[in-house]
Amino acid sequence: MAAGVAAWLPFARAAAIGWMPVANCPMPLAPADKNKRQDELIVLNVSGRRFQTWRTTLERYPDTLLGSTEKEFFFNEDTKEYFFDRDPEVFRCVLNFYRTGKLHYPRYECISAYDDELAFYGILPEIIGDCCYEEYKDRKRENAERLMDDNDSENNQESMPSLSFRQTMWRAFENPHTSTLALVFYYVTGFFIAVSVITNVVETVPCGTVPGSKELPCGERYSVAFFCLDTACVMIFTVEYLLRLFAAPSRYRFIRSVMSIIDVVAIMPYYIGLVMTNNEDVSGAFVTLRVFRVFRIFKFSRHSQGLRILGYTLKSCASELGFLLFSLTMAIIIFATVMFYAEKGSSASKFTSIPASFWYTIVTMTTLGLFSLLPYFSFLLPQMLKGSVALSRLSLKATLPFPSSSAHTQSPTNGSHPKWARMSGSKMSSLSEVRLTSKIEAFSHCSATFYVLSGCFQQSLADSSFFLSPDPSHPHLPRRPSSSPQGLSCGPLLTDELRADVLSEGVCSSWLWLPSLCLLSQDPLMSCSARPGRSIWALHRMGCLIRHPQWNQPEVGFVNPSVPEILSLPSSTASGGSTNSPPTFQGPWSGVLAKQCPSGWWWVPAWGI
Amino acid sequence: KIEDELEMTMVCHRPEGLEQLEAQTNFTKRELQVLYRGFKNECPSGVVNEETFKQIYAQFFPHGDASMYAHYLFHAFDTTQTGSVKFEDFVTALSILLRGTVHEKLRWTFNLYDINKDGYINKEEMMDIVKAIYDMMGKYTYPVLKEDTPRQHVDIFFQKMDKNKDGIVTLDEFLESCQEDTRNLQFFY
Repeated sequence: MAAGVAAWLPFARAAAIGWMPVANCPMPLAPADKNKRQDELIVLNVSGRRFQTWRTTLERYPDTLLGSTEKEFFFNEDTKEYFFDRDPEVFRCVLNFYRTGKLHYPRYECISAYDDELAFYGILPEIIGDCCYEEYKDRKRENAERLMDDNDSENNQESMPSLSFRQTMWRAFENPHTSTLALVFYYVTGFFIAVSVITNVVETVPCGTVPGSKELPCGERYSVAFFCLDTACVMIFTVEYLLRLFAAPSRYRFIRSVMSIIDVVAIMPYYIGLVMTNNEDVSGAFVTLRVFRVFRIFKFSRHSQGLRILGYTLKSCASELGFLLFSLTMAIIIFATVMFYAEKGSSASKFTSIPASFWYTIVTMTTLGLFSLLPYFSFLLPQMLKGSVALSRLSLKATLPFPSSSAHTQSPTNGSHPKWARMSGSKMSSLSEVRLTSKIEAFSHCSATFYVLSGCFQQSLADSSFFLSPDPSHPHLPRRPSSSPQGLSCGPLLTDELRADVLSEGVCSSWLWLPSLCLLSQDPLMSCSARPGRSIWALHRMGCLIRHPQWNQPEVGFVNPSVPEILSLPSSTASGGSTNSPPTFQGPWSGVLAKQCPSGWWWVPAWGI
Repeated sequence: KIEDELEMTMVCHRPEGLEQLEAQTNFTKRELQVLYRGFKNECPSGVVNEETFKQIYAQFFPHGDASMYAHYLFHAFDTTQTGSVKFEDFVTALSILLRGTVHEKLRWTFNLYDINKDGYINKEEMMDIVKAIYDMMGKYTYPVLKEDTPRQHVDIFFQKMDKNKDGIVTLDEFLESCQEDTRNLQFFY
């Protein structure tokens, strides 16, 4: 608007006549334009490309090169034009600034080249319009950081003799590659962290029996040895912490930093234990404090840059994670309430209150499917929930790691806004960013599909195990573990199935970390299409449906003995003949429960994905 | 109104030929070209609405509130009372104000003051105009004006203009009293 206002000056002057008769004193005469030339066209030749504009357009901004007499230095008498040996692309933006009053920043342009051009033409970057200002600032900041990093890595190779002892020590701590001593210290602390963590783990392993008493964990059997080891580790950690504290340039800031808090939490339990060993009532609390020793594993984040990046990633998408938690909570509350009121009519319902149905809802939504707490009448509802869970699984698990990890990539095509890939399908402006987004999106769909596929795989394993040894008393029903007299010691078949279950779950979870790792290491993502994955998934679901059309029995399931009694499986009324005692099974996989293959008509909507 | 605005943005008005405008107004071809370029820059659709008027005026008088004066001005420009000013109307008015005779200018100013276009200026209309002008000047005038100044100003004006003391000023009274006041006329020449 500013550019055009000058053109309206005659109008304003004319309108001033309106108040003339009212004015007490006469208005001064309008200033006559001295040296008023007729408006002429100027030709600006920038590296061969000719731009033409009116002289008055350029004179709108007299404190720039083009608006002042400085451009006369570039006037070419022979061709009667102004010649500039500069970039014509950027000049286009500069000239548009004169025409429209708004300076735009083209996204494809290199930030430092753009800055150079602006400096040449005498234009301050602060007047970049709002539409492009954020982009400009982000790019500039990114560039500055990159330059700073380069400078740092250069400086590290130079020898700087003028550092004090304290500063050298700090540099040694922060960057172990500066000197051999620092490297030794780095590895020693790393080693002791590992030793400490392994000690904590081994302490609890049962170590064989001492004659005359029951089986003891290793920690109690060789308590002196473990105590010595623990003391040594804590000594090392304390010394390290104190040295870091001494060397820190700003001690207050160091104390407040996350790493130092982790250090303190790691060594505090030991000292508190030393002080409090004789007090009987707080020994329980003392035992709890030992749990904090596991925080020593976080000390590894000083040794692993990847871990630090993960930490920053989580921190930077804390709001998204928070929202995820909030929406899950909302969904849990809604479904728990629905389940409670739906089951309220049944007298033997286990949903005694809404909090009691929270457990069922959480377990179903996270696709664990314990089925130890099951509704009687509305058995369709959990299966519909499972359908929605399949969808939520796809969306939640798939999209979460990618935007967060991608926030910290340093790919050159990355848009500078840290939350640029909030969800797959966010709006991108540059072509390279679109390509990157679509690759990530494709990959995330693919891996999420694989993840869901794994779910089917596990569940079909559950189906197949049922089919392989049918219950002799009820051949039309799936095999019930409670019908066999030995409970669930159903032989190697069951254990294998459970093992496969867990294995496939693990394998597929690891798939999700692959893209994160890819992004971390900045490998080019493979652009795989998600379509084959989806169709395979749909086919599998269809296979499920065809194979088990009669499966509508909700009472099948196992019970984890560690789950409290309130959630134990009720005796099944539909089939009868099953024992009342809930089946138990031991083994390392006792925490894992087999799943029932979902079936029924509700899979139909799932195909639509 | 939204509908009007939409209509205006969709309708692109193109002025009559350059020769015709040159004949109708007192501007030369080059001047008309310059004026049109500025006009088209601000209003690509070819018509100005009241909002644009107010914005332009606000740019010239940043210290005060020029909206009321711009409002009256707009209605003086908009001779057909359609709510939008085409380039021809704009240029015609400018031609009068910048290149017209004293008589024409005074007549135009009378038209501006006569808010309801009934041919007479009464004290309320005058009060509105003067208040609008004072608002436009803003608070940072030198010397600082008091609250009462507009009213006093209007009283003085009416004393001077209203010859037969009937409370209204007609066009003839206006022309007569303005032409005797040679101080003001300096500007009009």
